[in-house]
Amino acid sequence: MSARGPVPARPLQPLSIRVTHWLDAILLGIMAGSGLQILTAFPFLGPRGELFRLYPLQGVPPPSALTVGEWLAGARHWHFAFAWLFVLNGTAYLVYLVASGEWRRRLFFPRRDALNAWQTVLHDLRLRKAAPPDVGLYNGMQRLTYTLVLFFALPLVLSGLVLYKPVQLPHLTALLGGYDCARAIHLVLMAALAVFAVIHVVEVLLHPRTLLDMTTGGPPKVEPPS
Amino acid sequence: MNGPTRRSFLAQSLGTAGLVALSGLACDSTRPRTGFLGLMERVNERFERALFDPTRLAPELGPEQETNLADFPQYKIGPAFPEVPAGWVLRIGGLVTRPLYLSLEALQRFPRTRSRVRHHCVEGWTAVAAWDGVRLSEIAERAGVDRRARYVEFRSFEPGYYSSWDLESALHPQTLLAYGMDGAPLALEHGAPVRLYSAVKLGYKMVKYLAEVNFLPMRTGGYWEDQGYEWFAGV
Repeated sequence: MSARGPVPARPLQPLSIRVTHWLDAILLGIMAGSGLQILTAFPFLGPRGELFRLYPLQGVPPPSALTVGEWLAGARHWHFAFAWLFVLNGTAYLVYLVASGEWRRRLFFPRRDALNAWQTVLHDLRLRKAAPPDVGLYNGMQRLTYTLVLFFALPLVLSGLVLYKPVQLPHLTALLGGYDCARAIHLVLMAALAVFAVIHVVEVLLHPRTLLDMTTGGPPKVEPPS
Repeated sequence: MNGPTRRSFLAQSLGTAGLVALSGLACDSTRPRTGFLGLMERVNERFERALFDPTRLAPELGPEQETNLADFPQYKIGPAFPEVPAGWVLRIGGLVTRPLYLSLEALQRFPRTRSRVRHHCVEGWTAVAAWDGVRLSEIAERAGVDRRARYVEFRSFEPGYYSSWDLESALHPQTLLAYGMDGAPLALEHGAPVRLYSAVKLGYKMVKYLAEVNFLPMRTGGYWEDQGYEWFAGV
């Protein structure tokens, strides 16, 4: 305890983070699943007669085991109902992140975290023997990844708005290159988040302690002296 | 002695109340008008109406943007494209001071509007065609629409095929009673002799093989809408 008086003991994962994290896991699953069901109705990218050549999965419907909503209309109702909750939950998380000051130890700052991120990658690939220095709750690579996820979420929502209202949101639609381009962006960002989710789950299974912390909060945080 | 009975009664009522509350919040993909999904469709309609600007035009595109006619999908609800009834006229009715019965020739005497905009299908594809027709707003003016009319119902001569719209979207300057496509008379496969076309709705709201346009004080449903597809369906 320092001379400045007792520091409020906030757990490693504060309640607001835990709640928004698990809600996000559920909501992201619903959004991705209903989105894939919607994609099933036209599993191509690009306008009629001019399909995008770069998309390797033209005409390949997503596996039905990954879909939510059973049919096109059902999935659209799921997607547009839960999109609001997804955005609300994400906004609540961001507000808490800023207001609590948690952003300092969770977001990626190149000067502070780039070297540590690189060392972590080398160490995990067994290319570097020495473990990177412990920098607190998250290492540099985690900070980079979680920050990227936040940056992906914004264009994911914006491209979704374009698909919902391409005529009423003309500037946003033009900014994203039109409806068909926005649809490709929407799918690619979803796929990127899905890849993240898979790696994330594998990492959690390798470090089960983090699962406990994200559920119960964990012990009060101890930051190394800076 | 009545302790356990009362407790079980309480537990039963609580259970029932819980079930009712849950079913009110349930998400049933096959009945998306009920429960939480239905509630959110009503919330979303408010959002869509607030976002809809009756004066905002969808970008008119150049002829080079047109989709090959062969690539523009043809849809029908029945097993075959319907036959045009002999002596076909388009009936404009409901809450109007002057009901109209318009032959194709009569319709074509109204000012012609060409609209070449991106078509948005609920399935996720887009395509572009040039549509020739009459603005519904001009027909509405000629017929004298009553102020009590808030909705417009479009009925097809294909049995069971219809849709209803909010008045504002129906009177949008890019909502047409279309009789031409890509410079040629509308083909049967695309809704001849006259179909609804609009820049501000998803494709399934654009009724083909039109027979009737009714201005109404209440909304009705639609062929796709009654199956569970969203009613407002603006873009």
